[in-house]
Amino acid sequence: MSTELGLENRNSFTYKWQKKIKEIKESRVSYLFLAPFGLIFFAFVVFPVIMSIGLSFTSYNMLESPVWIGIDNYTRLFLADDVFLIAVKNTFVFAVITGPFSYILSLLLAWMINEFRPKIRSIFTLLFYAPFISGNAFFVWTIFFSGDAYGYLNAFLMDWNIINEPILWLQEPQWILPVVIFVVLWMSFGTAFLVFIAGLQNIDSKLYEAGAIDGIKNRWQELWFITLPSMRPQLMFGAIMAITQSFAASAQAIALAGFPSVDYAARTVVTHLIDYGTVRFEMGYAATIATVLFLTMVITQRVVQNLLNKVGE
Amino acid sequence: MKLSIRKKRVSRSAGGDFFLFVVLALGAAFMALPLIFMINHAFKPLNEIFLFPPQFFVRNPTFNNFSDLFILMSESWVPFTRYFSNSLVIVIFGTGGHVLAASMGAYVVSKHDFPGKKSFSTIVLLALMFAPQVTAIPNYIILSRIGWINTLYSMIIPAWAFPLGFYLMSKFMSQIPDTLLEAAKIDGATEFSTFWKIVMPFVKPAWLTLMILSFQQLWINTGGRFIYTEAIKPLPAALFQIAAAGVARQGVFAAVQLILAAVPILLFVFNQSKIVETMGTSGID
Repeated sequence: MSTELGLENRNSFTYKWQKKIKEIKESRVSYLFLAPFGLIFFAFVVFPVIMSIGLSFTSYNMLESPVWIGIDNYTRLFLADDVFLIAVKNTFVFAVITGPFSYILSLLLAWMINEFRPKIRSIFTLLFYAPFISGNAFFVWTIFFSGDAYGYLNAFLMDWNIINEPILWLQEPQWILPVVIFVVLWMSFGTAFLVFIAGLQNIDSKLYEAGAIDGIKNRWQELWFITLPSMRPQLMFGAIMAITQSFAASAQAIALAGFPSVDYAARTVVTHLIDYGTVRFEMGYAATIATVLFLTMVITQRVVQNLLNKVGE
Repeated sequence: MKLSIRKKRVSRSAGGDFFLFVVLALGAAFMALPLIFMINHAFKPLNEIFLFPPQFFVRNPTFNNFSDLFILMSESWVPFTRYFSNSLVIVIFGTGGHVLAASMGAYVVSKHDFPGKKSFSTIVLLALMFAPQVTAIPNYIILSRIGWINTLYSMIIPAWAFPLGFYLMSKFMSQIPDTLLEAAKIDGATEFSTFWKIVMPFVKPAWLTLMILSFQQLWINTGGRFIYTEAIKPLPAALFQIAAAGVARQGVFAAVQLILAAVPILLFVFNQSKIVETMGTSGID
């Protein structure tokens, strides 16, 4: 009895595999089409992530081959690296402020823009999206936040007698992070913002007609009861973009506050990673930081996804 | 048509419209002022750049900053045209390859059924969260093993596998009616000619979107970690080198910023409706 069953199982197992192999053979063309993107994607996106996880358990300086050291990098990172703790704190403050803020502002502005006619809509879209797409326009802010009395912000504040002597915006630890957050928010209306605008335009107008009949009184109720629930897929996409952007922003911090910044005031997990990866060449340690960063992003995304699934319930 | 739909909707009070417009206008002004300042700054003569109190608008616009930039570039031993053509090669091949590779892959992922398709889509979705810094070090190691460090390949080929583009493209392609593809097959079209003659024309708005997104990344890339030979560096690297020479070059620096920022913004201006159309199909269920 038991051997019969085993045989049968084995048969069905091999049968399954034969079926699978047949399917794979039949989809030759599909694989051929996917190959150019797929191979490069694996080589330069997926494989590096796996490699990063592997390297995080080693000591590696790019010259000698990696040496397996187990979880030493992780214990050093969490228990012995003071600067990492500062970086984590900064990243956390930074992500908690810029992530939700830019997400909610993008959504709110997209919704406001959508209330207007197409011409006005496209002008506003351009104005809000321009800082993001310009790529390096944040350099402008270095002139505004320049630390001497000739820096524009200092000049204005002193002119109006709000301050007596110039503030070193980008050298005094207590100001660096707020300034960087401010500039990052300024250029955070990116892909998610466009996705929201597009999502709003695609909502079926019949839903609004039905809503009006069902007793929805004004546009604010319309927003909460109809618009947001029908945009859930776009909200999800926007959340992923916001999380990645808020955890990964580093170019602005480096351009504004220098590298390393005074007292590590603008040190984030990413600048910490850049430091160990490109300055100190401790690749294993840098890979550990990268792995921790990546896991944090994935976990955050899971949490946010669960929250968003509750919208409109 | 639009009006009749609006009438059936909840009424909009004129006061509410006005309120929203004011809020938006203030926000937009805040967003735009630094950019307008940047434009003005690039056209200021030296005495206006260092004027105190500072002037927002330029009073005697001049092209000196731009001509200085070109003179400075012509003095360097690598001519401007060389940097420019490096950038052009990177942008054209990087973007072109990306659009083609992503379209081909997205076509089968959105329209065919094959083993492994689900997991591939999941990985692409997850990859939207890979910050470039996470993969930067392994990428360097891989590129150096292949021997592509200090070649233009290091900037062109990895750009083909930009996951956001693939994702947007496959979402857009899932709109193509299956009947259209079946009809082509009945007429005897091969898989490739179906792709080339029916699918690609259908997704034209999405290509433009992918082009803009890929262009935006490649255009401002200085090639920093990957390219060391001066003669194959892209334009932004050269521009920043020139502009970095201290306070006297502030005008030149403003001109550099303007040149680098203007190109992607102008591209967006001309393709805005197409881009928004593509984005409309994206979203995660």
